[in-house]
Amino acid sequence: MNTIKKAKDATNAFTRNWANFVIKFKWPVLLATLILAIGLGSQGNMEFDGDYHVFFSKSNPELEAFDALQDKYTKDDNVIIVLSPSNGNIFTKENLTAIEELTAESWNTPYSSRVDAVTNFQHTSAVGDDLYVDDLSYETALKTEAEILKIKEKALKEPLLVNRILNEAGSVTAINITVRLPGVDLNEIPGEVTPFVRNMISDFKEKHPNFEVHTSGLIPMNTAFFESSMNDMGLTMIMLIIVIITTFILTRNIWSTLATLIIVIFSIMSAIGFVGLMGIKLTPPSSVFPTMILTLAVADSIHILVTMLQKMRKDGLNKVDALKEAIRLNFMPVFITSLTTVIGFLTMNFGDVPPFWDLGNITAFGMGMAFLYSTTTLPALMAILPVKSKVRKEEIKAHNNWYTSLGNYVVKQPVRLTIISFLVIGGLTYLATKNTFNDEFINYFDETVAFRTDTDYIRDNLTGIYNIEYSIGSGESSGINNPEYLKNLNAFEDWLNEQPEVIHVNAFSEVARRVNRSMHGDDESFYRIPDNRDEAAQYLLLYELSLPFGLDLNNQINVDKSETRVTVTVDNITSADMIAFSKKGEAWLRNNTPKPMHAIGVSPTLMFSKLGFRQADSMFKGNIIALILISIVLMLALKNFKLGLLSIIPNVTPVLVGFGIWALYKAQINTGMVIVFGMTLGIIVDDTVHFMSKFLRARRELGYDAKQAVVYAFETVGKALVTTTIVLLAGFAVLSTSSFALNSYMARITVIIILAALIIDFILLPSLLILTSKKEAVSAQNIRESQIAFDK
Amino acid sequence: MKRIVFILTVLITLGIQAQTPEERGLQIAKAAEQADLGFNSSTVNLKMTLKNKNGQTSERSLTTKTLELTEDGDKSLIVFNSPKDVKGTSTLTFTHKVGADDQWLFLPSIKRVKRISSNNKSGPFVGSEFAYEDLSSQEVEKYTYKFIEEKGSLIVVEQDPVDPKSGYTRRLVTYNKDKGYRFEKVEFYDRKNALLKTLVYSDYKIYKNKFWRAGTFIMKNHQSNKETILKFSDYNFDVSLSEEDFTQVALKRS
Repeated sequence: MNTIKKAKDATNAFTRNWANFVIKFKWPVLLATLILAIGLGSQGNMEFDGDYHVFFSKSNPELEAFDALQDKYTKDDNVIIVLSPSNGNIFTKENLTAIEELTAESWNTPYSSRVDAVTNFQHTSAVGDDLYVDDLSYETALKTEAEILKIKEKALKEPLLVNRILNEAGSVTAINITVRLPGVDLNEIPGEVTPFVRNMISDFKEKHPNFEVHTSGLIPMNTAFFESSMNDMGLTMIMLIIVIITTFILTRNIWSTLATLIIVIFSIMSAIGFVGLMGIKLTPPSSVFPTMILTLAVADSIHILVTMLQKMRKDGLNKVDALKEAIRLNFMPVFITSLTTVIGFLTMNFGDVPPFWDLGNITAFGMGMAFLYSTTTLPALMAILPVKSKVRKEEIKAHNNWYTSLGNYVVKQPVRLTIISFLVIGGLTYLATKNTFNDEFINYFDETVAFRTDTDYIRDNLTGIYNIEYSIGSGESSGINNPEYLKNLNAFEDWLNEQPEVIHVNAFSEVARRVNRSMHGDDESFYRIPDNRDEAAQYLLLYELSLPFGLDLNNQINVDKSETRVTVTVDNITSADMIAFSKKGEAWLRNNTPKPMHAIGVSPTLMFSKLGFRQADSMFKGNIIALILISIVLMLALKNFKLGLLSIIPNVTPVLVGFGIWALYKAQINTGMVIVFGMTLGIIVDDTVHFMSKFLRARRELGYDAKQAVVYAFETVGKALVTTTIVLLAGFAVLSTSSFALNSYMARITVIIILAALIIDFILLPSLLILTSKKEAVSAQNIRESQIAFDK
Repeated sequence: MKRIVFILTVLITLGIQAQTPEERGLQIAKAAEQADLGFNSSTVNLKMTLKNKNGQTSERSLTTKTLELTEDGDKSLIVFNSPKDVKGTSTLTFTHKVGADDQWLFLPSIKRVKRISSNNKSGPFVGSEFAYEDLSSQEVEKYTYKFIEEKGSLIVVEQDPVDPKSGYTRRLVTYNKDKGYRFEKVEFYDRKNALLKTLVYSDYKIYKNKFWRAGTFIMKNHQSNKETILKFSDYNFDVSLSEEDFTQVALKRS
């Protein structure tokens, strides 16, 4: 007796004992697992975190740099309210008065620290010999038409307003509310800021129906993240219904459907408990975990139930015997496929994006629990439930016809099919390289989300949403008043303004120029940097003393007056262009300014731009490890090194095909899609395992040649593979309806990959099995003995 | 003076039932003003330390001269000694009991006096957590009052600024009635009525046996987590300054 046989017997004995035990103690087993599921579920605590910071790991250098900049100046989470009056002119008494009122009301926004609008813009002018700094339009209701015309003139000439707060035509304007969140409570934005702003806007619209209102900014983005998490969680219900329908069609048995439903609900409850116990805050990517678990866990139950019902219907076994047989035959396959899925999801931890760590860990845990429940609760339930079935022999035969003819078709022309497959795969692999990373976070949301359409409106009519910031140092305390520094800063500002992608530049040099002009009786020739340091410092002191509450320069100048902040608003450009632009700015500073002024560009936009690349780099290692681990599991499971190696081809190529087709479809990939290799590998490997194991069984046990073995594999697992693929496709198709692109793109490409995997397993894999077997004579002695662990 | 305080205290105690919280608040504010009456003029050196969230600091040093006036608000003159590039810059302020204060700035770099736009009093003073309105003379008329509570010698009064351009909806001032109604603590509530800052007075010393002056002001901004510390030194109540020391001409000289 060789070791393989021993192992086989041991596994058989183990699974048999397991089945006997579970069925004998059906009530205690059911009760114990029920207590486990409820116990875990009771620990569940689902909190949602919409803060964009969650997408970045603590050690993310871009996040560190950006937080450092915000600490140095002020933290600028904001709400932009964009107002478009129907008459197309901001500058009428009614419209300006309305804007002034809304600006005043905006100061009441919870946690607000600053409100910038056209009316409260701090306009600088010379009155006689004095510097006069005041709201551009204060108590507008008392102004005359002539005064309002003057205000219009001033506003449209103001570089700090135009293309930021006001469009060039003076027909669209914005109120920018800066919010300083304590960051103590997750409810700060969804529970306080957002409801307040929404109420304020609806009141405003009611009072001033002639205004069109759009909102954007980081706070609405957070809200959109938050709400899309909730929506995606809602997809769980749709998936649940699909699970019920699919299970019913496949098993044609109401009790089986009920049992499956209980298993997936137990699995999800356990996963929710895991979320609570680990203190995970849900984010859009991780909030899809219930749908994922549903999709993946249902396969375990279906495999066991279909076998059981088949044994009852086809072989006429009684319920308990059929159940025992179903567990004996499926225990190992379900274990192996669960294991590979868990490995696939755990590789998400290699990435650099925390929400995907959560998704991976929650789903992996849920899958582990699904395996447990499928092998305990499920048989216990089925033993308890009054399942009855008639013997129906004819039907099964008819089913196999289609798969048999497909098998026959393949075995006739393995060489041709291999060549065609490789050509197609090769072509698509080439196309796959044409995909580019793009993590424009506005495009994370589709057009059904108001945040997206509002933001698009703002970009089209007022200003850009993306920005880059540089904190430019002078190298000395109060050095920002040094004319040398100011001149360089001014040159940088000018250079930035010349760049085609730039919409607006906010630099301290503008303040220095403006104050200098007003100190010289508004003489345009003094709209330049002051001549000496003391002058610059004293003008700044005077200007600062003239500013009102909340509109100070602390958001632009650090406490030591040694650094200032340059904010560049850019058009919506792709991630790659954004990174290139930021680098260009950094290079300009290096080449044209002294060392202390060299700075790196930072901003949330830039952080997202680099996220995909960072994720891809870090996931690369994870994917390789997943591939090696899963291949090893396969080699062990199949007890065949060569086939284990061969399995790499049908396991890897679907991903290449998927990205190749994606290049034809969108050609842009985001951070969410980086994880699909590891994830789908764990899923699609099941097909390969099932097909190869049947092939091997036919050769080893039944002594078939390669061609016959392939036909046998088609006959035995063809249907199972198609049905599980349908369930998987349904699950990911549901996810692909998400309004959040990190989820919907990931789901869409997964749909393509899973479909490609099935086709490859039906066309290329059998062809390869035939071709490789031809060269190797299968020794007859081996046939009977080397059974594999998980044949049905 | 002590008698006045005593009489007032008696009056307040007697009047508890009859008085509204508004009346009592006003009475306390007046008592405080009364307690500090008669210092005539003073000078003091001041070191201002600005701290941001990460503990990075920046310092400014100033000298302040104050002239007490009873008809109208006090006059004050502040001279910057550092940072170097604003050395010699000075501000002259005439506080008014009613209406906006007048303020001028002397810029030594161009040797000119400029008037500061008078509407904005709520912005930060030289980048610190103090607004100009926190530092200017505390005239009774600039607020409306409401008595909140009394705990031992401490009395808390709510003060609502009269100026619509103020950065605050209200301040909660804690007076120490046994120590000449000196301020112990002020809590500032912003326009949306959220706690913005707390100012704590410490290292009090009594001058001329009557005038309590704190040696340290610590202003903590709860929203930005920034902090400003003022350290006063060398109080001098014997300088005998007059109105001539508080003119635009004097501003240039200082």
